[in-house]
Amino acid sequence: MITYQLSIFAENKPGRLAAVTQTLAKEKINIRATTIATSDTFGVINLIVDDPPRAEAVLKKAGMTVRLSRVLAVVIPDQPGGLDKLTQLLFAEGININNAYGFVLEGARKAVFVVSVDRIEAAEKLLEEKGFQTLDARALSAVEPVHYKKK
Amino acid sequence: MYWEKEIETMDRGNLEKLQAARLGETLGRAQKSPHYGKVFKETRLDTDRIWTVADVGMLPLTTKEDLREQWPYGFLACSRDELIRMHSSSGTTGRATVIFHTDGDIAAWTNLLARSMYMTGMRRSDVFQNMMTYGLFTGGLGFHYGAEKIGALVIPAGAGNSKRQIQLMRDFDTTAIHIIPSYALHLSTVFAETGVDPRRDTKLKIAFLGAEPHSEKMRLKIEELYGFKGFNSYGLSEMNGPGVAFECPEQNGMHIWEDNYIVEIIDPVTLKPLPEGEEGELVMTTLLREGMPIIRYRTKDLTRIIPGPCPCGRTHRRIERIKGRTDDMMILKGVNIFPIQIERRLMEIPGVGTNFLIILDREGYNDSMTVKVEIQREFFGGDLHQLEALRRRIVEELRSDILITPRVDLVEPDSLPKSEGKAVRVVDNRQE
Repeated sequence: MITYQLSIFAENKPGRLAAVTQTLAKEKINIRATTIATSDTFGVINLIVDDPPRAEAVLKKAGMTVRLSRVLAVVIPDQPGGLDKLTQLLFAEGININNAYGFVLEGARKAVFVVSVDRIEAAEKLLEEKGFQTLDARALSAVEPVHYKKK
Repeated sequence: MYWEKEIETMDRGNLEKLQAARLGETLGRAQKSPHYGKVFKETRLDTDRIWTVADVGMLPLTTKEDLREQWPYGFLACSRDELIRMHSSSGTTGRATVIFHTDGDIAAWTNLLARSMYMTGMRRSDVFQNMMTYGLFTGGLGFHYGAEKIGALVIPAGAGNSKRQIQLMRDFDTTAIHIIPSYALHLSTVFAETGVDPRRDTKLKIAFLGAEPHSEKMRLKIEELYGFKGFNSYGLSEMNGPGVAFECPEQNGMHIWEDNYIVEIIDPVTLKPLPEGEEGELVMTTLLREGMPIIRYRTKDLTRIIPGPCPCGRTHRRIERIKGRTDDMMILKGVNIFPIQIERRLMEIPGVGTNFLIILDREGYNDSMTVKVEIQREFFGGDLHQLEALRRRIVEELRSDILITPRVDLVEPDSLPKSEGKAVRVVDNRQE
């Protein structure tokens, strides 16, 4: 299954990330994972959220430059070699990873690895064939990341 | 102390008679050009009448736009076979302006530079290092020819390569230099780095500071750093280039060579002549140009005539340091840049949004330009590499046009001041 990542263009200055998170918080949109890539004076904030289309709409309404792009959220075992199995598979098929980040799931000793790849349909098909579980937006919003664990 | 005593100290009455005679000849030549031929006919101008200097105000003004529209040959008043040189303004955006010279034009221009440099004390025993760009830009070749005419030893060093400049100065006992003021400040830091004291370890005594306006304070600072006398000069390619007006040893205003030009100061709005001493736009008419005479050219430079005679004995009037421009031209590292050049280039690049802002800064002794560019909302693909590629492309495209490498920052759409009406496209943070 394919899911969506939000990318936001932001100048590299105080308050830009805060503006994004404030807008999402107001709309009660949950952020599951985030990465930020910065150049000298500007950068791109990538977010995995529980409701991508609505997040896109509210951020655009707030005047931000947003792009929704398709990514794969792959469930991998949280153990040595877990990620390697996935990356080797993509490498063997010549699929290039443009960006990747992940988070660990509670309890299940599993992790979700978000990959942005150049040939997404081919990658999706390949992962399905090889028995990898991929999550869509709804499934993603249902899983419990480990940092939510109540002590 | 004079290169041409008779002309330089000619009494005002005779000087104006000489100007009037040359104006008549100039109009006769100008009429042969397609542009003035048409303009004179339309305005029913009788070029054969007897002219006085006071009559110049009835002639049509000429603008840079006229020169652009008539590019390249519309102002030519002679056959192309008679031309021996062309110079052109910088920039590849839109149409540049081009100025053609006959051998007589080059000789007259060279003579003005020889006269100007001689006035400051340069002689054939001097070693002159020309640290200015050679090529289409008039500053390099103009001074080069003038110095050779005096008979000085000329080192055609060209611009840049600071360590080699210092080495040349020391190896060949350079006594006079031609340098952009901001570069003179920068070079002083290279002197300090290499442990060479320009005051003690060089023979420098004269500097021609040109190609960009600078304050009296900056001149004094440069003189202090180097221990030479720095002379301000004024010129523009449409009127030859350097050597139009030059400081004498009094260093109080620049003598504008009135045997070669008729000088007016006009109100840039009403276009009416202003009384002597009042500040306005400098307007000039060439008097010796053969290839490309230009009548009442609007320089867009703001200055005033300093009333009264100069103690040096020269009767040619003096203009003050240029106070500014009537348009939005910027001068950075000696290069003339118009915001419109940057705008045109930017708007041709896919991904660039509607607004941009040019910021000029002085970091230490170096001037720099930052261009903040809004990206187009639809262009953003979520990828940092794509943005980096756009940024690099903008830098490259601007560099190829304005000949200066700007810093480019991509900013969010609608984050810059809107370009409604007269948008503020330039913020100049450079302090004196």
